[in-house]
Amino acid sequence: MTRKQRRMTIIGGSLAVLALAAALVLNALRDSIVFFSTPTMVAEKHVAPGKRFRLGGLVQPGSLQRGDNLAVTFEVADGGAKLPVAFKGILPDLFREGQGVVAEGALDADGVFKADTVLAKHDETYMPKDVADALKKQGHWKDDYGAKASDGVKPGATTAQGNPQGAVR
Amino acid sequence: MIAESGHYALVLALGLALIQSIVPLIGARLCDDALMNVARSTALAQLLFVGASFIALVTLHVNSDFSVANVYENSHSMKPLLYKITGVWGNHEGSMLLWVLILALFGGLVAAFGNNLPLSLRAHVLAVQAWIASAFYLFILVTSNPFLRIANPPIEGRDLNPVLQDIGLAVHPPMLYLGYVGFSISFSFAIAALLEGRIDAAWARWVRPWTLVAWIFLTLGIAMGSYWAYYELGWGGWWFWDPVENASLMPWLAGTALLHSALVMEKRNALKVWTILLSILTFSLSLLGTFLVRSGVITSVHAFATDPTRGVFILLILCLFIGGSLSLFAGRATSLKQGGLFAPISREGALVLNNLLLTVACAVVLFGTLYPLAMEMLADFKMSVGAPFYNLTFAPLFTLLLLAVPFGPLLAWKRGDLLGVTQRLLAAGVAGLVAVAIVWGWASGGSTLAPLAIGLGIFVIAGAVTDIVERTGLVRLPFATALHRARGLPRSAWGSAFAHAGLGVALIGIVCETTWNSEYIATMKQNDVAHVAGYDVKLDGLFQRQGPNFHEMIAEFNVSHDGEKLSVMTPSKRSFTTRGSSTTEAALLTRGASQLYISLGDATAEGAIAVRIYHKPLVLLIWWGPVLMAFGGVLSLSDRRLRVGAPKPARAKQRLQPAE
Repeated sequence: MTRKQRRMTIIGGSLAVLALAAALVLNALRDSIVFFSTPTMVAEKHVAPGKRFRLGGLVQPGSLQRGDNLAVTFEVADGGAKLPVAFKGILPDLFREGQGVVAEGALDADGVFKADTVLAKHDETYMPKDVADALKKQGHWKDDYGAKASDGVKPGATTAQGNPQGAVR
Repeated sequence: MIAESGHYALVLALGLALIQSIVPLIGARLCDDALMNVARSTALAQLLFVGASFIALVTLHVNSDFSVANVYENSHSMKPLLYKITGVWGNHEGSMLLWVLILALFGGLVAAFGNNLPLSLRAHVLAVQAWIASAFYLFILVTSNPFLRIANPPIEGRDLNPVLQDIGLAVHPPMLYLGYVGFSISFSFAIAALLEGRIDAAWARWVRPWTLVAWIFLTLGIAMGSYWAYYELGWGGWWFWDPVENASLMPWLAGTALLHSALVMEKRNALKVWTILLSILTFSLSLLGTFLVRSGVITSVHAFATDPTRGVFILLILCLFIGGSLSLFAGRATSLKQGGLFAPISREGALVLNNLLLTVACAVVLFGTLYPLAMEMLADFKMSVGAPFYNLTFAPLFTLLLLAVPFGPLLAWKRGDLLGVTQRLLAAGVAGLVAVAIVWGWASGGSTLAPLAIGLGIFVIAGAVTDIVERTGLVRLPFATALHRARGLPRSAWGSAFAHAGLGVALIGIVCETTWNSEYIATMKQNDVAHVAGYDVKLDGLFQRQGPNFHEMIAEFNVSHDGEKLSVMTPSKRSFTTRGSSTTEAALLTRGASQLYISLGDATAEGAIAVRIYHKPLVLLIWWGPVLMAFGGVLSLSDRRLRVGAPKPARAKQRLQPAE
């Protein structure tokens, strides 16, 4: 083989691998991306049941109810709308009423958000950035949060993984 | 006084770095040995001053001097001494100081042990190092000064984030930084080669040990971080595809590719331009990682503070270095001479394939990391790209890579015999298939892909063994001869075998953990028994205990297997009063490579407690794999050919003498 042919072989191989990677990425982008919404956005957009997304907002004070076998329900609010959330499992260490939360899951047929993951952050003054941005955009941002957040926040993430299939998997 | 001295030492280090950035280059232009040698003394002096500055900050933390803002915000007088020291880099300012300290350390090492480098190459390398150092000194002094005082000193500090109060903080960041920043050396060598317009096999011989050192530390640093997240965050996850983790994975992928392409360059004098480009890209990805982690564009455990000026400053550094180096590359790369020829099926060809798959995998991770950021900025909607995306993209690419791994070392240089290699790998392939069959028959449930993936892992390990067997002639020749040959085998051959086997080991661990992980979540009262994967876990009771700066609730569990009592496990939940936050301390019971994992949730009013118990089969293999890889790296580094500062063939020396 000449130098040129060899080079063409390598370039051809590279293009093949790149094309493969591009195909994989495009395929993955179709259904493995999770979007972020607030309760107001959910109300406006009529998200279909079963479509996974991340819900962010504040835990409505007084809405937290614990059921049997680690079942938990609470409401997430963003000032404009409220959405009931059901979760089964252990909530993160810093899950509190009146504080920011991000939950991942999907709506069921009754319009309840079934979360299988609840994210909260390891700091009493912490507000998830996604939630803060959304609240700011909708004009429900209290300066209070900002003052707290600028006060040297060093958050650490904790995640609670719920267990949709029951106690033992 | 200490704070001011530390600050002053840092300013002096900046001054020295500025001198080191310019004077050696003038010296190289004028062929003036004395001017070029300035680089050596300034690099060592710089290390001395940054070291002094760092020691000053450590002293302030140890003495709990709360008149310094950094100490006040991240320390507490009751904090154990270990965490007072590690807390130095458990915050933005201190971690940046550690970053430049390690940068200066590598510069100092090149200065001290680079006596066999041609003078002008060393001058160029150290000058480029000083450019990076100057940028980061400026960054620290302008936006993140750790030595700022508070006008009215409080009497008590705000304590360190409880999650960080762990031995992991003593190991993970320094290791990771040694890796990240270590790649600056190969970057500087690449830029120096472009500036000088000259590069050859000897260049690769100098670059490879430095790359290898950085790679070893990065491998261990990532593994350590993953294990730390596993036991500290309380739900047994060990990799989250979090942007910050990706930030460390990308330089690792690029660095691994660099390690292999430098091999081709050293042995065959080919792939020169590509190796230079990879050196630039690897360090660029390290810089990008620093930007992602330190600028606050991403919220995570690692994003300490969100201050927009810092983000903008790092972004500037990023653009300057990446843009500058790539433009230089574009301008100069064509002037580098073409290297040796090779057939597509050959050792070189295999290493090209390795590079291709690693860089494409790296590009996929880069895409997954930046896509959400770009969409948020351009289209203004938020999304997250998580494990499902990477399972569909990264995993297939890596599967291809792993399939190819055993073939590489068996192929001959220049022109290989694929059929012959396949025959020699037959035993390894059979071993892999047998593993598939056994796992298929024995395992119940789980993905059908799992046995195949385990078979692939076994194939990779068996392939590494085959390589050694082939080289020593263990089966063909008498045992004594084989033993003799094994002793004579270059350490780098053993190194690559261990590193490749480590990949297979880690893969088996990952597959077993994700497929056959059993999980039990429930509220337990005293004397309740949980049954998980054949283990009986009985809650004996709850106790309270007072720690140095926290209060903890400990649950005592008695673990037995088939009626045989094994151990007592004591997971706990700690509340830190200063920050009003709590952490979950998981309890781990190791049985072989498998682990039983217990972490606690909230206690209810009736004295019951939410408990999460996992049985994770062969989970430790996930981290033994990288340890094996790093061990392979160390073996390879101890190969005489690559030893830092080892004498090299006289011929190579002559070739790289500065042209006069």
